[in-house]
Amino acid sequence: MNLLQEAALVAGKDLRIEARSRVTAQQILPFGLIVLLLFAFALDPDRGALTTVAPGLFWITVLLGTLLAVGRAYAIEADNGALDGLRLSGLDSAALFLGKAGAVAVELAALETLLAAGVVVLFNVSLTGLAPLVLATVAATVGLAATGTLYGVLSAGLRVRETLLPVLLLPVVAPVLLGATRAWEASISGVTSDAWPWVALLGIFAVLFTGIGMLAFGPLLEES
Amino acid sequence: MQPVVRLRSAVCLLGRFPALAGVDLDVLDGEVVLLSGGNGAGKTTLLRLLAGLVPLYSGTAEVLGHDLSQDRKGHRRQLSLVGHDTACYDDLTVAENLRFAARAAGVETPSDQEVLDRLGLGPLRDVVHRKLSAGQRRRLTLATALARAPRLLLLDEPHAGLDAEGRAVLDAILVRAPAEGQAVVLASHELERARPLASREVVLTAGQAHGTIPRGGRGRGATKPGRPASRRRVEAHVPGAGTDL
Repeated sequence: MNLLQEAALVAGKDLRIEARSRVTAQQILPFGLIVLLLFAFALDPDRGALTTVAPGLFWITVLLGTLLAVGRAYAIEADNGALDGLRLSGLDSAALFLGKAGAVAVELAALETLLAAGVVVLFNVSLTGLAPLVLATVAATVGLAATGTLYGVLSAGLRVRETLLPVLLLPVVAPVLLGATRAWEASISGVTSDAWPWVALLGIFAVLFTGIGMLAFGPLLEES
Repeated sequence: MQPVVRLRSAVCLLGRFPALAGVDLDVLDGEVVLLSGGNGAGKTTLLRLLAGLVPLYSGTAEVLGHDLSQDRKGHRRQLSLVGHDTACYDDLTVAENLRFAARAAGVETPSDQEVLDRLGLGPLRDVVHRKLSAGQRRRLTLATALARAPRLLLLDEPHAGLDAEGRAVLDAILVRAPAEGQAVVLASHELERARPLASREVVLTAGQAHGTIPRGGRGRGATKPGRPASRRRVEAHVPGAGTDL
């Protein structure tokens, strides 16, 4: 098997487990919708403000969903000593990283699709400027999945992983929150030219952390 | 003959505690080596060292031709470790767990049904791991280990949790291992069960290996019938053998 086939094996395994356990479908997706609803309740007196801040609320919700998805990605490896099995599997550590990050990215894409529908319905936002909006979303999703998978393995073997992961991850992904929010704001307001620099920033972030992850995941997995 | 395992003065630390305190050990192709010793003697750590899961602090360690002081991962595709945990996924079926382990090791498994039948898991192939009993999980762990077609099989208390039928299946696997070109290193407290299956016994005490006792079991290194069963100073000894930490 080559690198991509090995990554597909790992991603397929993680997605099959998620499909069967329904944690993403029955917990992470509803969690995202509940957060959006709570924002809507909290800001309801000012519908104008709600529309204005919708991109930021969307991406904060995605960040929270990322924490859950990454936590779940390593929780399945913690049961029954599966993490040792993964280490001993013989799979290339870069493939392990790509596979786990790929599965997280698919779950985030499902969450974002649902949340986008929620933003349109609840916040009365019309999604215009689709090209930069979609590209920004794809780049941000890859960046979040790569960063989350990398920092997730740091805390994977620790008993305090649930509380440590947000502390480690959220400061690092602040540029994603900033870039994706600005790109969405520019796209929605129709000034797409303002969105492209942010799309580029998100792309650089995604490529950078995917590369770092492919190199660093192996040593971190050995030490976790 | 090139040994599958070659340790010289191998030291492993767990924190600052020397779990292995200078072990020498050779294991040849087709040998079944039994590790015995009390709790905390270092049996599990020795198996995890051979698997590359714990780092070598000092000494030398070569496993399947790989120097573990340089590379702890390169040999993993050629070995299987059956530890205390199953290392399987709760939400995958028996067949899916087996296939994932085998494909990860580069083994395509059109004959996975054969492995499952051998372990008595054929009727359970579509049952998810979380619904298996403890004994069935143990069998699945053995099945995933065998499905990887390893050259080196590392077994940590493999009889634990198995019923009489499961133990007989495991014994048959160990009997067949030398003929299939597998070397086996087996740690066990159930010495009456394990001794007849082993070609040699290495006694560990306080992280040190205290000599080798030849056994009349199977494998390339087995004592031949009629051969005096005297102690041999061979593959496993340690400087200062006979002294506890």
